[in-house]
Amino acid sequence: MIINHPLLGPRDAAEFVYLGDASLIDRPDWQDEDAMDQFHAYGYLRDNPAGEHKELWYHEQGDRSWLVVTRNTLTHEITNVEIARDVARARGRDK
Amino acid sequence: MSQAGRIDGGLIDRSQQIKFRFNGKWMRGFAGDTLASALLANGQLLVGRSFKYHRPRGVFTAGSEEPNALVQLRDGAHQEPNTRATMVELFDGLAATSQNHRGSLEYDLLAVNDLVSPFLSAGFYYKTFMWPKAFWEKLYEPVIRAAAGLGKLSMQNDPDAYDKGFLHCDLLVIGAGPSGLMAALTAARSGARIILADEDFRPGGRLNAETLEVAGMSGADWAAQAVAELSNMPNVRLMTRTTVYGAYDHGVYGALERCTDHLADSGGKPRQVLWRIFSKRAVLAAGATERPIAFGNNDRPGTMLAGAVRTYANRYGVTPGQQVAVFTNNDDGWRTAADLQAKGVNVPVVIDSRDKPATLNLPGVKHIAGEAVMDTVGRKGLKSITLTNGKVIPVDALAVSGGWNPNVHLTCHQRGRPTWRDDLCAFVPGGELPVGMTVAGAANGSMTLASALAEGHAEAAAQLKDIGFKAKKSDIPDAEDEPRDCAAFWHVGESKKRAWVDLQNDVTVKDIKLANTEGFRSVELLKRYTTMGMATDQGKTSNIAGLAILAEEAGKTIPEVGTTIFRPPYTPVPIGALAGRARGKDFRPYRLTPSHKWAEENGASFVTVGNWLRAEWYTRDGEKGWRDSVDREARMTRQSVGICDVTTLGKIDIQGKDAGAFLDKVYSNTFSTLPVGKVRYGLMLREDGICYDDGTTARMDENHYVMTTTTANAVLVFRRLEFARQCLWPNMDVHLISTTDGWAQFAVAGPNSRNLLRKVIDAEHDISNEAFPFMACGNITVCGGVPARLFRISFSGELAYEIAVPARYGNSMMGVLNEAGAEFDAVPYGTEALGVMRIEKGHATANELNGQTTALNIGLGKMVSQKKECIGQVLSQRPEMNRDDAIKLMGFRPVDRTRKLIAGSHFLNKHDPADMDHDQGWMTSVAYSPNLGHHIGLGFIKEGHARKGEIVRAVSPVHGVEMDVEIVSAHFVDPEGERLRG
Repeated sequence: MIINHPLLGPRDAAEFVYLGDASLIDRPDWQDEDAMDQFHAYGYLRDNPAGEHKELWYHEQGDRSWLVVTRNTLTHEITNVEIARDVARARGRDK
Repeated sequence: MSQAGRIDGGLIDRSQQIKFRFNGKWMRGFAGDTLASALLANGQLLVGRSFKYHRPRGVFTAGSEEPNALVQLRDGAHQEPNTRATMVELFDGLAATSQNHRGSLEYDLLAVNDLVSPFLSAGFYYKTFMWPKAFWEKLYEPVIRAAAGLGKLSMQNDPDAYDKGFLHCDLLVIGAGPSGLMAALTAARSGARIILADEDFRPGGRLNAETLEVAGMSGADWAAQAVAELSNMPNVRLMTRTTVYGAYDHGVYGALERCTDHLADSGGKPRQVLWRIFSKRAVLAAGATERPIAFGNNDRPGTMLAGAVRTYANRYGVTPGQQVAVFTNNDDGWRTAADLQAKGVNVPVVIDSRDKPATLNLPGVKHIAGEAVMDTVGRKGLKSITLTNGKVIPVDALAVSGGWNPNVHLTCHQRGRPTWRDDLCAFVPGGELPVGMTVAGAANGSMTLASALAEGHAEAAAQLKDIGFKAKKSDIPDAEDEPRDCAAFWHVGESKKRAWVDLQNDVTVKDIKLANTEGFRSVELLKRYTTMGMATDQGKTSNIAGLAILAEEAGKTIPEVGTTIFRPPYTPVPIGALAGRARGKDFRPYRLTPSHKWAEENGASFVTVGNWLRAEWYTRDGEKGWRDSVDREARMTRQSVGICDVTTLGKIDIQGKDAGAFLDKVYSNTFSTLPVGKVRYGLMLREDGICYDDGTTARMDENHYVMTTTTANAVLVFRRLEFARQCLWPNMDVHLISTTDGWAQFAVAGPNSRNLLRKVIDAEHDISNEAFPFMACGNITVCGGVPARLFRISFSGELAYEIAVPARYGNSMMGVLNEAGAEFDAVPYGTEALGVMRIEKGHATANELNGQTTALNIGLGKMVSQKKECIGQVLSQRPEMNRDDAIKLMGFRPVDRTRKLIAGSHFLNKHDPADMDHDQGWMTSVAYSPNLGHHIGLGFIKEGHARKGEIVRAVSPVHGVEMDVEIVSAHFVDPEGERLRG
């Protein structure tokens, strides 16, 4: 596979490490009433879509960027690659 | 042996004679021959024995689809089994032997299998070798393995070199037949960067095998001209002997180039190169493969595909026989008769299953329409054929054509499903093709020459346009569209004898019918039950006939039955090529500590820790075993001082205004409150509340921390911190860099450690207990100005320091420390003594932080701060993980002090049975303590401290050992921690 890194251009997937669902960015608030339930879902529950999937890749053999890659799990087509930090900020990660 | 099978013409160089050996017998061929063509030229029809029945077999095809002619090539360690003789270029001195027979090829003792064939039908393993169960592993399987099968491995190391490489291009053209050459010419002339790859050593594909004309010259001449043009263009990489074996994601292709397989000696060059080709676009021009028709005894040597007979006659100047009959269900088979006749070979008869007039008018060739061959005679070489009308015709070779299958393999590698075309009686590429791929020529069902040329041009032009190149208006050379009518005629129903569908796996028509009868009706099941289409040829000649027969039996159409699809590789890829240079010590690179050289010079032996080689102990004169060395090192360190290279621990430099706040998030305990110049032990949790990693982190400055991780997790922790920094807390001002390799770090431990360091550290730095107490850290200089860092931390439990210098000083620092320590009898110590001392002190490491244990379990429950947010904080509060009877880390010692503890033993109460229901915990780490004089252990046991003093059983059923042990504190040495503060 080839991942089109927003800063570095197309790179071979062998340079990256895969983590998983980009929902891992959405870490719950530890002080919420139902924090335990939320963290349980955050830790253990994943969608497993046959189709478009947003997922986290780490450019370990490169610039150490975490990326959010939108990949079709059926065709491996990659339709979007974003810097994970930008995504996290856009999703309202505060600190 | 004379070359009795040699006829006129061909693309061989008769001025270059080549000598080779087959089964020890010397033969001759010419430059340009394959092993198969040379064997046929020498009249060697019998080349191997079949997989199951050990039937005599001969060359069947002229290409990579060959199911029969598998040979063992070369001698000694260089030998390679299962090599297709049809793909082996002849070279001087080549040695080949036939496979899969006991005794000689001519008199194979296992041919008895053929006589008992009624018992060896599809699924015979499952039916016959069921009972008794124990016999399978001991008796049946070894016997079957010895009897059935392919070639043998040399059982020696492969002495050849293999390489891997990367290539990039605008357009990859796969296959250099008419459509591939045309696509390549079109693309090359447009200026695009192209790669043209073909598995053959001579580009041209069928053009080299046919007598068809292109642009008024022979097809082979036109191909040579095209190749000459392409070879001179700087934007073209022409790769012969290169099989594109797989189509992967995003235009990436795998290719195997056979660089020196055609040479007697590789001369030290890589034998094969595995290429990863990155293409913007690709044109698949892989051509088509002819398929046989199944009829009784259709596997005899001398029976060959009609197109292959043509290849041997036209390209190699070889005929498999002097009286060659043709049996066809299509127009194409007729050209074999015509070409052979033109070369002076007698073709007595063309049997055409179709009831229609002759395709070609060939005087002297008898045309028998609407009949078929139903049996043959001649065990080791064809003698006659018997037709469905009862007629017996004496022949010494039979050319069979059942039509052609487009080579759709690579179109399926992304799960594209081929679609059926009735007019071709074949599957053509269908469904979603791999990204960027289009298909041209026969591979796409354009089976005739003019259409293949036109399509090669058109597909390349369309692909180029997509990527911004403009194809010049190339003239498509003149050629004809030859007749290509084909009947859906798969097997001869009148045959009473066994009729082979898959020659390589000995699968017959009867086997397929049986599979259907027994309920294996899906193609996938059929394949697995009968083994049809498996092994090295992957059913290239057999699959479609098998499907057709299944469809017929099931009363369905072929599209209804469907087809299996293909996955890489197209043809076998040697493991050596996949490994490339990654063998032996290069299989897994290892790292050396900065003091490796010093350690080597001072008697160290080494152990692999993660990727590192670390000194495990240093052997001194007179020490008889490792225990002597380890005991001495541990004892001397506690008595005086010891020195250990601890560079392998991960070091992460953390800077920024929010560095402290960031550490509070990733560690379970608090670091923002740590004063500058101090170190703190930190415990990291996983998000699920389980312990992840631990280490010490020093605050060097207001906004500057230095973290250490365990050796094994150095990379993972860094990755995780980057994740936390970028994805979880993206607005924090914090920056990370790994400095594991930047600093050489040494533990200096023992009561004399301060005295030793005093001699090394420059005088202006005060390291007295008052100025530099336990858990202090700071920047210092050593040896007259070399920058260094000093940390007063202790893993051994002694008064101890870790001192870090830039890595380039590491080896000499180790020397300096040991020289300075000579007056204190300082010892260098390795990982074993390190381990002994940490067990004596009750420190947890990977054995305890094993991915199942919590902070509470290891006795650090209070370290998980409830006042702040951190990774793992919330889920660590789950009730099940905080039960009153949770396991706790404790120390254990044998009641009989002479006994040796066993790590992994489980604890059981005195009279309980040894089962998991009564399990109380397990022993994680054990060591002989030279300071206590007996074995000690760490382990987890339910309720922990409350049971101090209790005697339990430590049971290891694996070792058959059971003993009584006493539960004690995990701190065997200096439980109050007075030494490390002294």
